[in-house]
Amino acid sequence: MEIVQEQKEKQFKKMNLNSLGKQELVTFISLVLLIIFFSVTSEYFLSLANFLTIGLQTSIIGIIALGMTFVIITSGIDLSVGSIVAFSGIVIGFSLKFGLPIPIAIIIGLMAGTMIGFLNGFLIVKGKLPPFIATLGMMMSLRGLTLALTNGIAISGFDYNFSKFAGGKFLGIPNPLIYFLLLGILVGIVLKFTKIGKHTYALGSNEEAAKLSGVNVNKIKYFAYGLTGFLCAFSGAILTSRLISAQPTEGMGYEMDVIAAVIIGGSSLSGGVGTILGTIIGAFIMSVLKNGLNMLDVSGFWQQVIIGIVVLGAVWLDKRKSK
Amino acid sequence: MEKLIDMYDVVKTFPGVRALDGAKIDLYEGEVHVLMGENGAGKSTFMKVLTGIYKKNEGTIKYLGEDLNVNSPKEAEKIGISIIYQEFNLLPHLTVAENIFIAKEPTNSFGLINYKKMNDDARLILKNLNLDIEPETKVSELKVGHQQMVEIAKATSVKAKVLIMDEPTAALTEKEIKELFKVIKDLRSKGVGIIYISHRMEELKYIADRITVMRDGKYIDTMKYKETSIDEIIEKMVGRSLGGQYPERLKVQDEVILEIKNMNKKNVVSNISFNLRKGEILGFAGLMGAGRTEVAKLLFGYDKMDSGEIILEGKSIKITSPIEAIKNKIVYLTEDRKKDGIFAEMSVEDNIMVSNLDIASKKFSFYDSKQGQKICKKSILSLNIKTPSLEQKIKNLSGGNQQKVILARWTSQDQKVLIIDEPTRGIDVGAKKEIYYLMKNLAAKGVSIIMISSELPEVLGMSDRVIVMKEGTIAKILDNNESLTQEKIMHYATS
Repeated sequence: MEIVQEQKEKQFKKMNLNSLGKQELVTFISLVLLIIFFSVTSEYFLSLANFLTIGLQTSIIGIIALGMTFVIITSGIDLSVGSIVAFSGIVIGFSLKFGLPIPIAIIIGLMAGTMIGFLNGFLIVKGKLPPFIATLGMMMSLRGLTLALTNGIAISGFDYNFSKFAGGKFLGIPNPLIYFLLLGILVGIVLKFTKIGKHTYALGSNEEAAKLSGVNVNKIKYFAYGLTGFLCAFSGAILTSRLISAQPTEGMGYEMDVIAAVIIGGSSLSGGVGTILGTIIGAFIMSVLKNGLNMLDVSGFWQQVIIGIVVLGAVWLDKRKSK
Repeated sequence: MEKLIDMYDVVKTFPGVRALDGAKIDLYEGEVHVLMGENGAGKSTFMKVLTGIYKKNEGTIKYLGEDLNVNSPKEAEKIGISIIYQEFNLLPHLTVAENIFIAKEPTNSFGLINYKKMNDDARLILKNLNLDIEPETKVSELKVGHQQMVEIAKATSVKAKVLIMDEPTAALTEKEIKELFKVIKDLRSKGVGIIYISHRMEELKYIADRITVMRDGKYIDTMKYKETSIDEIIEKMVGRSLGGQYPERLKVQDEVILEIKNMNKKNVVSNISFNLRKGEILGFAGLMGAGRTEVAKLLFGYDKMDSGEIILEGKSIKITSPIEAIKNKIVYLTEDRKKDGIFAEMSVEDNIMVSNLDIASKKFSFYDSKQGQKICKKSILSLNIKTPSLEQKIKNLSGGNQQKVILARWTSQDQKVLIIDEPTRGIDVGAKKEIYYLMKNLAAKGVSIIMISSELPEVLGMSDRVIVMKEGTIAKILDNNESLTQEKIMHYATS
């Protein structure tokens, strides 16, 4: 009896190791292959400076993609991310113009983004609208509101110190990349190791079963969209700081890049599947591609073609894998 | 008489299950051949192999003397084999005629749908079946029985030589069943061969010519109805005396744990009042749609009642969501495991722990995986769940083991009331017995169980008392003593 028990224990442990990170491994290998490919084909690609640039470029989309991963795992979608980026940017802009201290302005901006996220959640939970519709409506009207509030003109002329929020460096690493990685670790821990995370997967895997298992699905939805709103605002703050101005047209088309990063990272649009590590790698794949293709003098038009094909390939691979 | 179908030595395996293991049936023109067996015996799977939904692993299938090789029900239908499924496959927002002619709509010379011809043809088909249904009615406006008839009209509209019916009476009232049998006899006299899947004994005398019994995916025997008896059929279906299948009944305590008073929900259930004693197994019998599952969902807070009172251990409580029901230690295992029970893509561990995270949490509601795995392993041993690891995705387990995982989800903590809806649906016979004993063990520990079941032997074998429901009301509450029979329950359920 004792021996059987022991064998069982061993079996449990073995399976644990085998299944660890299998999903991320494929995407990670793809990323490494991409880096090797560009290092060989372009003499400028392989340098610390360029890698830090890539990191900086990844962070804006990547931070939003962290939240989008939650949303997509619940089998939802958030199309309003770009509009939230711009909206929270101008909220910060107005706050600074109003003379509020920099940290307070940023906090107000983050709160504004979070509130919009909760509003998305409200439309989906209480309004019972499909996430696609709710956030499509939010994307359009919030963009309109942002343009109306600013008359379509950028807000600028902030205290120069504000630029340090995104422009600064720590140990030579640009701040946005540090924010991205710290937020990634934090959000990753929530998704993987807490009750909210477990329930997020349950909701996306089978909503009916989740409700009947006592999962508070409404709470999870509010959390996912609220978190995304917060992270959009965070990206908005970084952008505003980098440009030292708040542009009402900022973030247009971000939703597609963000969704692409999450999908390349192995999440499934039908819900229940996805990891933060996968999304981070997915976001890096996107920006390594863009950066590398730039180095190879591939035109922006052809870059779009290639990235589109990568998204299709990623999903195709995923389908084959799951068969 | 021409031999239409001849299938033998058919084997079909799924991961972890040998669903068919030497299945066999043949069918002649103008014959009703009833395919019988318990739930999980492999009847539906067998027919899905015939119509090309599943690929057989081994065996022979002949149609009109030649090897049959179809890849989809549509291909099968083209050559004259039509199937009517257990679940309806009608499109509710289309009309009767549109449903009958779906994907084979008559067109005019412009390639547009010729509605007049379609409606006229549909009217003729319905008339030939002696059905009083207008072809232009939307299917959603029809009664369940009539929807079933439309399925038959659809199946016969292609001049089927072979018609397969998978438990067509499961959702019908007695009157509708009689109508259906008339249609079946009519088709038989026109030379159609019918394979009729059922596990209802009382239907045999109306329609059966021959009977084939399956058990555990295997062919057992074929008999002429006139030369056999119900007892012989049952014996062959279960393959053993019924005695061992069910655990011995225990003495129920007198203490009432749960009382439902006058529960109502408009157009769903009305005047539901009953009580449940500590350690009791209370069976809920009735036809499909009689309101049994609806009562469970109201009690579990998944649906809102219009009026009524729930009294748990002498205290009146309000339950407006499953979360509150679970807090009160009332839990519910649903009837459709796939649809709203399991998280198919998630691990066994996650499937068990999803409702038990509060007892495996560290600070800030971090999941305590050590504690979680301890809980899961304990359940795996005590419920005898067969899984290679805790990480295994639940979808790779057999139906019986999936059911045990969900049982583990709810029994990892002490419960007061356990509602089990169709506890053994789609489970093989061995696992069924295990589930019965697990339920009885729970009852012995003082858990009160409400068991909803459409299988009368199960109701009789397990229940201390039986509530028979009919059309949203309680028709009768019966003590389960020697004098209680399946016929008696059916009588209250239908008349």
